[in-house]
Amino acid sequence: MPESKSKGMGVGARRVIAYIVLIIISFFCLIWFYILLVNATRSHTELSSGFTPIPSTHFLENWKNLMAGTLPILNGMLNSVIVAGCSAALCVYFSTMTAYAIHAYDFKLKKALFTFILAVMMIPTQVTALGFLQLIDKMKMDDTFWPLILPAIAAPVTFFYMKQYMDSTLSISLIEAARIDGAGEFRTFNTIVLPLMKPAIAVQAIFTFVSSWNNYFTPALVLHTDTKKTLPILIAQLRAADWLKFDMGQVYVMIAFSIFPVIVVYLIMSKYIVAGVALGGVKE
Amino acid sequence: MKKSNVVKYNKWGYIFLIPFLTVYGIFQLVPLISTVYNSFFENYRSGLTQIGPNFIGVQNYISIFSTGDLWKYFGNTMIMWVLGFVPQILISLLLGAWFSDPSLRLKCQRFFKTVIYMPNLIMASAFAMLFFTLFATTGPINSILQQLGIISQPYEFMNHVGSVRGLVAAMNCLMWFGNTTILLMAGMMGIDPSLFEAASVDGATATQTFFKITLPLLKPILIYVMITSLIGGLQMFDVPQILTNGTGDPMRTSMTLIMYLNKHLFSKNYGIGGALSVFLFIITAILSIIIFRFSGNRDAVQKKAK
Repeated sequence: MPESKSKGMGVGARRVIAYIVLIIISFFCLIWFYILLVNATRSHTELSSGFTPIPSTHFLENWKNLMAGTLPILNGMLNSVIVAGCSAALCVYFSTMTAYAIHAYDFKLKKALFTFILAVMMIPTQVTALGFLQLIDKMKMDDTFWPLILPAIAAPVTFFYMKQYMDSTLSISLIEAARIDGAGEFRTFNTIVLPLMKPAIAVQAIFTFVSSWNNYFTPALVLHTDTKKTLPILIAQLRAADWLKFDMGQVYVMIAFSIFPVIVVYLIMSKYIVAGVALGGVKE
Repeated sequence: MKKSNVVKYNKWGYIFLIPFLTVYGIFQLVPLISTVYNSFFENYRSGLTQIGPNFIGVQNYISIFSTGDLWKYFGNTMIMWVLGFVPQILISLLLGAWFSDPSLRLKCQRFFKTVIYMPNLIMASAFAMLFFTLFATTGPINSILQQLGIISQPYEFMNHVGSVRGLVAAMNCLMWFGNTTILLMAGMMGIDPSLFEAASVDGATATQTFFKITLPLLKPILIYVMITSLIGGLQMFDVPQILTNGTGDPMRTSMTLIMYLNKHLFSKNYGIGGALSVFLFIITAILSIIIFRFSGNRDAVQKKAK
């Protein structure tokens, strides 16, 4: 451990060790994506002749072949965008509303309900999956997007983050001022509280979008029709197929296709996201 | 007059809670109850004939606990979790200490934090598929290792117990150490700076400060991180499922509990699946209670968040 080495060492030496270790760790975080990027640009023959770190020129060709193939990729991407987008929108709106109910009002069951929501925060969706599948079967929601979107309305983790954020930013006097101006409670929430919550809403919208975009367990159990499947299910199908016969260039393009949109959004928003992780604290 | 106004407003607390409670009730609570209910019935398909549902009491529980499969998969899950968690917490402690050490004044902190958190947002199934292709017998990693002269024959990563478990653990570590680092760093920043000043006045080295001040004061957060990671570890699914195509090979040594549950859900064996779900629910509940107890309820979580 560098700590033991640093005993009695000057700040300068410790700083050098820290940079070296950080660079090594960053290398191990990024190398996989670099190899993915390089391999996505190489043709199947180039790929089978061994690895080189220099990108080739076959990206568009791989892309066209993938589009012409049997996996409905574009459909999958569209489905993923619909499910993740709707989940994120519903989740942040209603979680903010739930947090506002607990934050701004005093009612008899407030404490009990707050404790209840905190208590159920850790229950994994997998342990209720069995009953969930039977239920959506009875509700005729099997093989539709509804069971993937609607449950986002009740998200204890997002609720908790919103509540934390309100505790530090939203003052009751502001709400009272709106009341004196004669605004209804629902209008106050939509026109005054929501805009004030924008930074928290942005962070949570991204988290919800990403976790829904990446979700594999539930969609794989709910969706059966090929054209309704989301990207993670198509990746699993790719893995289950006799992949040795596959054009590896296409395989890499498809993986890149599922990973890079999220990375691009993340890089644009990274400042807020990293700060958001520290504030939220309970993201799994 | 004023009081009645307050009461009039406060009924909105209930109104705003309606969407959450309705949706939670329908999509979480009802399924939870029916999962428990199912666990007491014999209910599966044998070929084309449907068996049950017949009430059989705790027979499903007896059969999952007696076959030994459950313990084997529980063991697999725990081994892979520990293999991933130990390096993860060590790296995170080290990086957290460096990032939050004012005397080091590391530059490019934002860049490093952005990079180390990035793997967390990657689609786990795509990441597993990527590792599967990279570590395939004819894949680039074998090709690089051969070019460097480290090995002469391609190593079959997917056919050895150690390498499959190691890959799953490495991916989990890579995906979660950034998140852990940020949490621990937030905790370290929350420690009263005068303690560090006092230590440096007394001539303590960085190592002594770390072990005598930072680590003991960080204990509640370390426990929180460890138990949330353990709960997450019990849910391990996407990575081993995709990496091994759901088989948990070699010889089901990388089959996790949720992969086992997933098999029963797909084959519609609701009795055994229900008993397995209840088992997982109880373990998660116990772990959650420990978090609540240890961290002095939610106050500690809030303190840490600052």
